[in-house]
Amino acid sequence: MKKRLFVKGNEAIAMGAIEAGCRYYFGYPITPQNDIPEYMSREMPLVGGTFVQAESEVAAINMVLGAGAAGGRVMTSSSGPGISLKAEGMSFMAGSEVPAVIVNIQRPGPGLGGIDVSQADYFQAVKGAGHGGYHLIVLAPHSVQELYDLTMLAFDLSDRYRIPAMILGDAMLGQMKEALVPNSYRAPEDLPAKDWAVTGKRGRIRSNAVKSLYLGDGELEAHNWHLHAKYERLKEREIRFEATGLEDAELILTAFGGAARIVKTAIAMARREGLKVGLIRPITLYPFPAEIYRKATAETPKVLCVELNNGQMVEDVRLSAHPGADIRFYGRPGGTGSLPNPEEIFEQICKHYKD
Amino acid sequence: MDSNVQTVFQRPSALKEVPTHYCAGCHHGTVHRLVAEAIDLLDVQQQTVGIGSVGCSVLLYDYFDIDVVEAPHGRAPAVATGVKRVHPDNVVFTYQGDGDLAAIGTAEIIHAANRGEPITVIFLNNTTYGMTGGQMAPTTLPGQVTTTSPYGRDVAKEGHPIRVAELLAMLDGTGFSARVAVDTPKRAIEAGRTILKAFEMQVKKQGFAFVEVLGACPTNWGMSPIDANARVGNEMMDFFPLGVYKDITTKG
Repeated sequence: MKKRLFVKGNEAIAMGAIEAGCRYYFGYPITPQNDIPEYMSREMPLVGGTFVQAESEVAAINMVLGAGAAGGRVMTSSSGPGISLKAEGMSFMAGSEVPAVIVNIQRPGPGLGGIDVSQADYFQAVKGAGHGGYHLIVLAPHSVQELYDLTMLAFDLSDRYRIPAMILGDAMLGQMKEALVPNSYRAPEDLPAKDWAVTGKRGRIRSNAVKSLYLGDGELEAHNWHLHAKYERLKEREIRFEATGLEDAELILTAFGGAARIVKTAIAMARREGLKVGLIRPITLYPFPAEIYRKATAETPKVLCVELNNGQMVEDVRLSAHPGADIRFYGRPGGTGSLPNPEEIFEQICKHYKD
Repeated sequence: MDSNVQTVFQRPSALKEVPTHYCAGCHHGTVHRLVAEAIDLLDVQQQTVGIGSVGCSVLLYDYFDIDVVEAPHGRAPAVATGVKRVHPDNVVFTYQGDGDLAAIGTAEIIHAANRGEPITVIFLNNTTYGMTGGQMAPTTLPGQVTTTSPYGRDVAKEGHPIRVAELLAMLDGTGFSARVAVDTPKRAIEAGRTILKAFEMQVKKQGFAFVEVLGACPTNWGMSPIDANARVGNEMMDFFPLGVYKDITTKG
């Protein structure tokens, strides 16, 4: 039997990263993700890796840019206000096609907000927090096990497509403890060589430049179409989601990350009461699993989207759903005491099930 | 070729054979050459990574035949930190202007120096923002007219110019900090020696090395190249004295 550990969510991310070969971590403390830099500061030296506590989130993400450009497996982590500061670097990394993993353990905002549970950084993560128009791969785990497994996957996807990948967690997931089976990392055989990285020219005929400036006539447009084609490939190949109970569902619930845990409990309560309720849980928020919504809502047009914000993912659900679908929303915008319990969601299920 | 003919002067191997985009009388070309000569003399072209910054020198990869990463405005020392941590045996340098390094990138340069990050930083100080069209820089001299200090920099309202070489010399992590100029052949030769030393210290793993180079921006100063060059010696050096402000290799 495989070893089972009792692990805190934030630490599961750090463990998954190190297992996946991450050897460079640059970060700056911010609640509620501090277990990650603390774990990395302790463990990185033991595996021959590098931990630097940067002077700011801005510096941290640019250290990530440098290490990623140099071909290293590199990660940073932060929470909402820190991710805002990293936005500049993320735009540069997307434009320069530098792979790296960026973790956002969300806290409520806007501004300083609070330090507890929220999912209000969905737009920031999925629509591009920085300037110029770009996307990250965005993965939304909903358990400690997934925090570990999806962190490993994030490194591979990031390297394969030369695009930064984000783990979008939240304070609930980061701070909770549950069982984790630490799966061994196996690198995919088809990861491309990083022959574009800056390593010193070392006999190459052409020197490498990792850059996002394109001044020549038509160069920038060509580059942006190249990036666009990559996003299209992601939509074709890398959609991930969990769907249950759609066969006989009369109401589909949809939620991601921490909210999906509460929703799952509420769905179990509803099923015990004989209510036919299904679930779609996106695991990739970008690329968004549009097709499953389109198909599912052709059969079951009523959808209730539950988020720990005032309504963000629901916009993508509406865009994805069958034209005749009836998309409803229930959310709580975050802050202490703002976390709905399963009974509250069960009440919402009963209400929307009937009318 | 006649065996009596010797090559006494040629393009450094670390520079590509391309025309420059810099304005007439701009000193970036001179400083590029001095950096390339240092790379050649130390025979490290194959292992050097340059970090470009935002500003006139953003096109570093067009001129240097080395690997280059382009950093966001002011962030070159952080990007260099990332590269150097992955490849500790590479020679990593940043090339930054005064707006980049002394304004938006103040935090990054101070903390990279204070960590003793073993990189080389080349800082071209021409007292103005060049690429964006001659606005006031942190290094703009008192009374200097720029597009955003049209009445002349008033230190009571706009603060004082920052002397970066002296500032960084105060930090424990700094191994070397010096200010040079390239307005005369003699000073350019001296600047070349200083830049070589700053690169050599990195090869010898002697810590963070910083060279501030006083240069001219004739276009944005509204001067002829000759007058602009003369201003470097006549006005800039009064406020920005040349010299070595810290050198850990000279300690007993």
